[in-house]
Amino acid sequence: MSMSEELNERRKLSRREFLELGAAGTGLLLLAGCGGGQGGGGQGEIVVGSVLDQTGPLNIYGEPMQDSTKLAVADINNKGGVLGSKLKLVSYDAQSANEKYTEFANRLALQDQAVVIMGGITSASREAIRPVIDRTNTLYFYNEQYEGGVCDKNVFCTGVVPSQQLDALIPWAIKNIGPKLYVLAADYNYGHISAEWVKRYAEKSGGEVIGTDFIPLEVADFRSVIDDLQGAQPDVVVSLLVGGNHIPFYRQFASAGLGESMKIVSPTFGLGNEQVVLAPSESQNITVAYPYFQELDNPTNKEFVDRWHKTYGEDYEYITDSAATVWNGWHLWAEAVEKAGSTDKDKVTEALESEITFDGPSGLVKLDGGSHHLIQNVHIAETNENKGFDVIDSQQSVPPSYEQEVCDLIANPNEKTQFTP
Amino acid sequence: MQADDLINLALSLLTNISVLVIISIGLAVIFGMMGIINLAHGEFLMLGAFATLTAVRAGLNIWIAMILAALAVGVFGLIVERLLIRHLYGRLIDSMLATWGLSLILIQGVVLIFGPSTQGIRTPLGDVRIGDYSISQYSLALIVAALVLLAIVFWVFTRTPYGIMARASTQLPSMASAVGINTSRTNMITFAFGSALAGAGGALLAPMAGVVPNMGQAYVARAFMTVVVGGPGVLTGTSAASAFLGSLERVVSSLWAPFFGQAALLVAAIVLLRFMPTGLSGRWGRQL
Repeated sequence: MSMSEELNERRKLSRREFLELGAAGTGLLLLAGCGGGQGGGGQGEIVVGSVLDQTGPLNIYGEPMQDSTKLAVADINNKGGVLGSKLKLVSYDAQSANEKYTEFANRLALQDQAVVIMGGITSASREAIRPVIDRTNTLYFYNEQYEGGVCDKNVFCTGVVPSQQLDALIPWAIKNIGPKLYVLAADYNYGHISAEWVKRYAEKSGGEVIGTDFIPLEVADFRSVIDDLQGAQPDVVVSLLVGGNHIPFYRQFASAGLGESMKIVSPTFGLGNEQVVLAPSESQNITVAYPYFQELDNPTNKEFVDRWHKTYGEDYEYITDSAATVWNGWHLWAEAVEKAGSTDKDKVTEALESEITFDGPSGLVKLDGGSHHLIQNVHIAETNENKGFDVIDSQQSVPPSYEQEVCDLIANPNEKTQFTP
Repeated sequence: MQADDLINLALSLLTNISVLVIISIGLAVIFGMMGIINLAHGEFLMLGAFATLTAVRAGLNIWIAMILAALAVGVFGLIVERLLIRHLYGRLIDSMLATWGLSLILIQGVVLIFGPSTQGIRTPLGDVRIGDYSISQYSLALIVAALVLLAIVFWVFTRTPYGIMARASTQLPSMASAVGINTSRTNMITFAFGSALAGAGGALLAPMAGVVPNMGQAYVARAFMTVVVGGPGVLTGTSAASAFLGSLERVVSSLWAPFFGQAALLVAAIVLLRFMPTGLSGRWGRQL
């Protein structure tokens, strides 16, 4: 018989079947409610929360960040915890889905009662978390490079921002490569705002953005982009590409032989260990700028890399800047709690705003009280043949100049916005 | 427009069309010939890519790795057919549910074995200069590969005894059995063949895209769109639909952005199906 006849022939449910189904369904729902969330720490433990992408295309960033989170919390606990109590880490995998960030942030704030939430990778995920922590009045650290400008009393951003990163990278590119830039950006808030910043800094240094392409996060096919680049013939390709689906761009760029006539600079390349996934011939001559590189030569970093390898193995691919940023975030928070003598959000915020410093693997970092951002070193580096980077230029203690200019949370504590150029 | 602009555009179009052919031909055989909605098709592509990755990591030449990967996925398809699909012929909704479940199992299985990270293979071959443009030779290789796959399908279904029996089994199963054809065995081989083609598709994609457990999701929608727009003709329909949708997507992507290219493909598919519900090859009366 045809399909529609088959469907119409289904007989009605008897009452017994309905009751059985109802009981089974209720039982399932109760079981589902049991799973996940430990809700409150044990005796004398302080519950802290983390939400990161450990699966999905954004896990190229999330995996090193999660490893760093566990290592940082263990490090703090080994030194006695904070205020004499150990930290209990509750972490969730957001699976590269923004709605899960909202869900897990709610869970951490309300069910698990975390005293601080650290997490979010893409700017979209941060903006999914921010309303939740503002509503529940929870302290939130966003430990990742981003497009800058967030001004919110409850939020501390430890990642590098355009006024540190692009302000170093774009003038370098125009001076050392050429004045014509073509921007490729991921098609969401980070990409659009950062592309605007590239334009600003390019014009300031006598260069020009001759074209911009926005590519959605799900797209992995860059043939039309390659064609656009060949048509425009820029000197510099500024890559603001994000996520696992965008890694094939570098492969397709190299296999079209475009590296001979244009060079790639990027404020995002390397955060997801793209240089490890790609073959060295596919990732050569890409210039980046970050506060942290695994190759940095200072005693704190040596100890950090040693400890990392002892925990995660000598053959760990590469420790990303995001991992170091997460490490900085946790330790800054722990230091502020000790200084404040309490985990109460307002007291800790006041301590954080009193210019806390921390000697991290990227060097000395200082929290700028008014803007809630970090003053940190920025290095310019190039990919090398060992799936790592060679540092070619360094700037010490670069302030987040734009954020300091537009945002003063000590004078205006009720600010809850993001400033854009 | 200069000569090299035209050549570049033409090759670009052909590459885009070839990619659609490569990802759809396996589904065309399974859905077009047997009427099984295989929602795990994207995962068969993914398995082909991972099999190629494994073989290349083991040191094999990349082309040999691709052929082996296609065969491996074919064998896997055979097992799936015996265990699962065999019970689903003629049951459209049930086949959707079962294959969707299979797709979830395959994705998680691959995550357990290979991990959730994105991995990759270097694109083989180099680039070739055409006037002002340089084109990856691998894009040209894809065009050749698409033609080879179409030729293989044509040869199998017209020149081999199995092919004739397969076409008979799908057109009129009862009559085919009456004539003495073992329809159950023929269907098993057809599914395995379609799976092998899907595996080959994934293997060919692997050097271009990131090899990650959920990579199939990016391609399965377009594959279904191409097969449904193509209609019942496995070769004629798939080629015509790929040519039409592939060119449209490429042209719109160039003029605006990749996002609009994908949107244009979807809109075109909807409009076309509204006016030609049996697909492009539905009216041509061709069997293959």
